[in-house]
Amino acid sequence: MSALPPYASPLQRIWHYSFRTICGLIFFFLIFPILVILPLSFNAQDFFTFTPEMLALDPAGYSFKHYDDFFNNPDWQQALTNSVLIAPTATILATAFGTLAAIGLSQPHVPYRSAIMAMLISPMIVPLIISAAGMYFFYSRIGLQGTYWGVVLAHAALGTPFVIITVTATLVGFDQSLVRAAASMGANPVTTFFKVQMPLIVPGVVSGALFAFITSFDEVVVVLFLGSAGQKTLPWQMFTGLREQISPTILAVASLMVAISIVLLTVLELLRRRSERLRGLTPG
Amino acid sequence: MSDTTSEQVLTTQDGKPLKQALASALRREKMRALLLIAPLLIFILLTFVAPIVDMLFRSVENSIVADTLPNTVVAMQEWDAASGNLPDEAVFAALYDDLGVAVKEKTHTRLGSRLNYEKTGMSSLFRKTGRRVKRMDEGGPFKEQFIKADKKWGQVETWATLKTFSPRYTSAYFLSAADAQLTPEGVKMKPEEQQVYLFLFGRTLFLSITITVCCLLLGYPIAFLLAALPLRTSNLLMILVLLPFWTSLLVRTSAWKVLLQQQGVINDFLVWTGIVSEAGRLVMINNQTGTIIAMTHILLPFMILPLYSVMKTISPTYVRAAKSLGANDCSAFWRVYFPQSVPGIGAGAVLVFILAIGYYITPELVGGTSGIFISNRIAYHISSSLNWGLAAALGTLLLVAVMVLFMVYDRIVGIDNVKLG
Repeated sequence: MSALPPYASPLQRIWHYSFRTICGLIFFFLIFPILVILPLSFNAQDFFTFTPEMLALDPAGYSFKHYDDFFNNPDWQQALTNSVLIAPTATILATAFGTLAAIGLSQPHVPYRSAIMAMLISPMIVPLIISAAGMYFFYSRIGLQGTYWGVVLAHAALGTPFVIITVTATLVGFDQSLVRAAASMGANPVTTFFKVQMPLIVPGVVSGALFAFITSFDEVVVVLFLGSAGQKTLPWQMFTGLREQISPTILAVASLMVAISIVLLTVLELLRRRSERLRGLTPG
Repeated sequence: MSDTTSEQVLTTQDGKPLKQALASALRREKMRALLLIAPLLIFILLTFVAPIVDMLFRSVENSIVADTLPNTVVAMQEWDAASGNLPDEAVFAALYDDLGVAVKEKTHTRLGSRLNYEKTGMSSLFRKTGRRVKRMDEGGPFKEQFIKADKKWGQVETWATLKTFSPRYTSAYFLSAADAQLTPEGVKMKPEEQQVYLFLFGRTLFLSITITVCCLLLGYPIAFLLAALPLRTSNLLMILVLLPFWTSLLVRTSAWKVLLQQQGVINDFLVWTGIVSEAGRLVMINNQTGTIIAMTHILLPFMILPLYSVMKTISPTYVRAAKSLGANDCSAFWRVYFPQSVPGIGAGAVLVFILAIGYYITPELVGGTSGIFISNRIAYHISSSLNWGLAAALGTLLLVAVMVLFMVYDRIVGIDNVKLG
């Protein structure tokens, strides 16, 4: 499939090119919606479509006014502050608990391993609306509903499965005899962990943390139910904006978020290459 | 000689039997593993599992009648609704006592709205009686006074409803989640025009299957191409799959909202090229089409990634061997390549289906009224109608469906083999 052999029949030739065209169209379907909002966010009008000036590439058709609005509107700034306050705390909690548990789960003898694993992974599997409903009922019983810590704890719980999965994946390639070697040379378990184990599993921990961060940063269903007006995050603000008074500022926010995801994707890709190189899976 | 060896026990240096020493070492190792897992396990139990269990409990819990009207419930035990007679004076006296307390604590209106889910008019009955009960004569007779306050107290159905819902646990929420209702005469289906949930479950199922099929149709060629291309090219093209995967759900949903609108980019383009007329702009949003298009786009990476990881392991030599034995391109693909990719199809399809069936945000924003899922109804009951019991029952049913599907997924892929990115 990768290259057309010189002896291909005309039919094969036609199929080869039409298959490529189909794939091209599907790639277009995947990427077009994300790319189209970037130019639209610079629209000088309050429209959600290309104005004639924009199509004529007239500078008058473009402006930063939606970005201006995002940075000067108190609602959006409050939402940004809340997102920045909630996501890192939830990420730290999820990463700390998740990494410890992943190391525990990677030991050779763990009783009830699959049952524990199933329970720890469950926040990822249970549909968000059900998690949100359950947490709403339960957290309002214990007075956490509508508080900062309520949202943080919920987001941390939703992020842990990602940390467990990525860290256990790195630990599969981890040589347990290194720990024994460190112990035999007199290192205590804490030193062993920080000096030997941690540097080797760091790529897994970081990518798990990134997953946990993006889970919290993008999460909207749980925060809609658990949060009160004081915990309005960016996705929440976008959600209400999209449902009620659709304003083009959303496109500016969306473009900024696309930029964030590009950065995250790059970091993850670099980490993946590093850990593959360390494990000797790919040369160079 | 053989006697001594059978009695001689291997010991460690400090004289402990080796078997015991090994067992205790193993126990220590197990303990250490559990200690490492314990913090997260406790954390998840408290922040996640407890809420889910609470929701399951809430879907059958019904102590509001017994808590608000404790004496009445006890007094009513003797009364038989089928007799067709009203309860005797003692029950009315108990009701007077209970309502006096309830009005002071303002719990009678909550009881009224709870019973209103089962029989309309109960809410206003309790409100009205609550206002009147203070002026009633303490000496009785209560029966006449209550009937004078509201003639509904003189109807057997009112009392029958009260008795039907007096137990602390009820199947009523699950029955209404299945469009049935608990009446004094037993379980009955609701009238035709009130049946919404079975239809909604059906639609959720139909839309999820449609989305899964669309994802498969679009994802299979992409995964096939990525697996066949040299690593360098496929890694580059993979970015086109991973970027949407990493982009915020709301960003992608708002992009589709912008694209699909009647005054949106796609319609403008179609009008400009003359494919549709100005008046004939397509309605692609706030209906099922919108939900299907947007969710297919959002879930497509979840289909491509498992398919790709399976196809990557299929050796190209099999197809070449088939061709050298005389198979044409079609049958080589269909009879040799495709069967080997079936595990990937299974994994991707179940994953997409599980994710689709519980989706909330995208249907809410682009689905209008005809493209919403059961999860939107759950959210409605939590935040608007405040019928939490019904929300919990619907959630429980959805949860059971997802759990069953997940077991299927576990069979196909294995819970440990879940990979990300």
